[in-house]
Amino acid sequence: MNGVEQQTVIYEKAMDLNFLDEIYHIPGGEKIKDCIQCGTCSGSCPVSWAMEETPRQIFAMIRAGMRDKVLNSITIWTCASCYQCMHRCPQEIKITDIMYMLKRMAIRENRQRSKNAAALSRAFFEIVNKKGRNHETSLMAKVVLGTNPLGGISLAPVGIGLFTHHRLPMFGKSIRDIKGLQKIVAKAKEIGGE
Amino acid sequence: MRYAYYPGCSLEATGRPYEESVAAVAKALGIELVELEDWNCCGATAYMSINEVLSFSLSARNLCQAKKIGDTLVTACSACYTNLRKTEAYLADFPEIKGKVDTALAEAGLRYDGGVTTKHFLQTVVQDVGLDRIKSLVKHPLTGLRVAPYYGCQIARPYGIEDDADNPTMMDKLLTAIGATPTYYPLKTMCCGGSLMGIRKEVALRLCRNLLLCAQQYDAQCIVVTCPLCQMNLDAFQSSVNKTYGTNFNLPILYFTQLMGVSFGLDSKGLGLNDCIVPATGVTAKYA
Repeated sequence: MNGVEQQTVIYEKAMDLNFLDEIYHIPGGEKIKDCIQCGTCSGSCPVSWAMEETPRQIFAMIRAGMRDKVLNSITIWTCASCYQCMHRCPQEIKITDIMYMLKRMAIRENRQRSKNAAALSRAFFEIVNKKGRNHETSLMAKVVLGTNPLGGISLAPVGIGLFTHHRLPMFGKSIRDIKGLQKIVAKAKEIGGE
Repeated sequence: MRYAYYPGCSLEATGRPYEESVAAVAKALGIELVELEDWNCCGATAYMSINEVLSFSLSARNLCQAKKIGDTLVTACSACYTNLRKTEAYLADFPEIKGKVDTALAEAGLRYDGGVTTKHFLQTVVQDVGLDRIKSLVKHPLTGLRVAPYYGCQIARPYGIEDDADNPTMMDKLLTAIGATPTYYPLKTMCCGGSLMGIRKEVALRLCRNLLLCAQQYDAQCIVVTCPLCQMNLDAFQSSVNKTYGTNFNLPILYFTQLMGVSFGLDSKGLGLNDCIVPATGVTAKYA
């Protein structure tokens, strides 16, 4: 083949033509059709080097309907929400917010690569839903124990450092009207469409 | 000057030195910060990954509490700042979201129809109090102290602090006003990794290493920050960076409020200076 390697062809039947519609569904999401594939997002991203597909590629893949590949990509979990791409996008596409949408879809569908982030998000959610505020000490413990108890040992010096500097209190504060907050949370989850 | 004040969860724990120094500096400047009654978590970046309406509803509840106090809400955490500003923008721009948030808030008998402007404490200090007044309070100018001004991402964009999003200078001017020397710091709005430290640690460590290296290259003696998450990543994980990259960084990470407090001659205990993991008193002691 004259030194040109055969590329894997993704057949049309493997494409999900509704994927783009799902993105259109989020507020401002329809602007994705204005993407000119300029690559400003990928060039601005501080973590594109750690991604499998750069943001520009992800956007081309969304438009091509490569739903599985996008939602299984480590790219969406590498986005740190720093908004640099969104700030610089000449087409004013809400890139960071679309990344959030992809994260929500991957968590909802229990995609393999979303495990760590989902554990962090869920642990956070549980604490806040119970107390109304985040308690960082509990959050760190939950995330470490829930994802990687052995790897957590390497985090021990960080935790001890914060603790001895009075920056990890044993107990978290709870808000007074936690019942009211829980009602808001329950309703928002119900109508949130996620 | 009287403002509604939202501390946010980090300022009760890892960011406690920030909370203390904000309070001390506010008092010295004659700013009255009235803490929101029964405030809740802003949802940080985690809630946005679970449910967008829920995230906006949490911030909207805080905005309701703020409105009882006044029309300007001050927060010192960049992540809280972004969430509050983003909620304002989405509620104003997307009636569909506003409708859903209204329905959720109604469950607790609340409603938010706008009217609160959120400001970062850096803005309050520089724009509302002003550099002249700050200069007049300086007792120990930080002469000769070279400081890397690190703004981080969420204070600069997408709902920035009325400054140049790519090259903000508000904090540079503040540092100059208290006698310090802001160094050239081209990574001033580059991301520290934020919550990636809990998701893809190796990626976040590299971002932190770049930030520390850049500060060192321009001979900064410390880095000054505006966000509790930036502070924690750069301070508490500095030894992890050193271990991973074989580096030898020993750069104190201070809040701008801590340096202001030092220059005002405030008691160092009330500024949380002893609670930096990388000891900070080495660079601040000579000015106290």
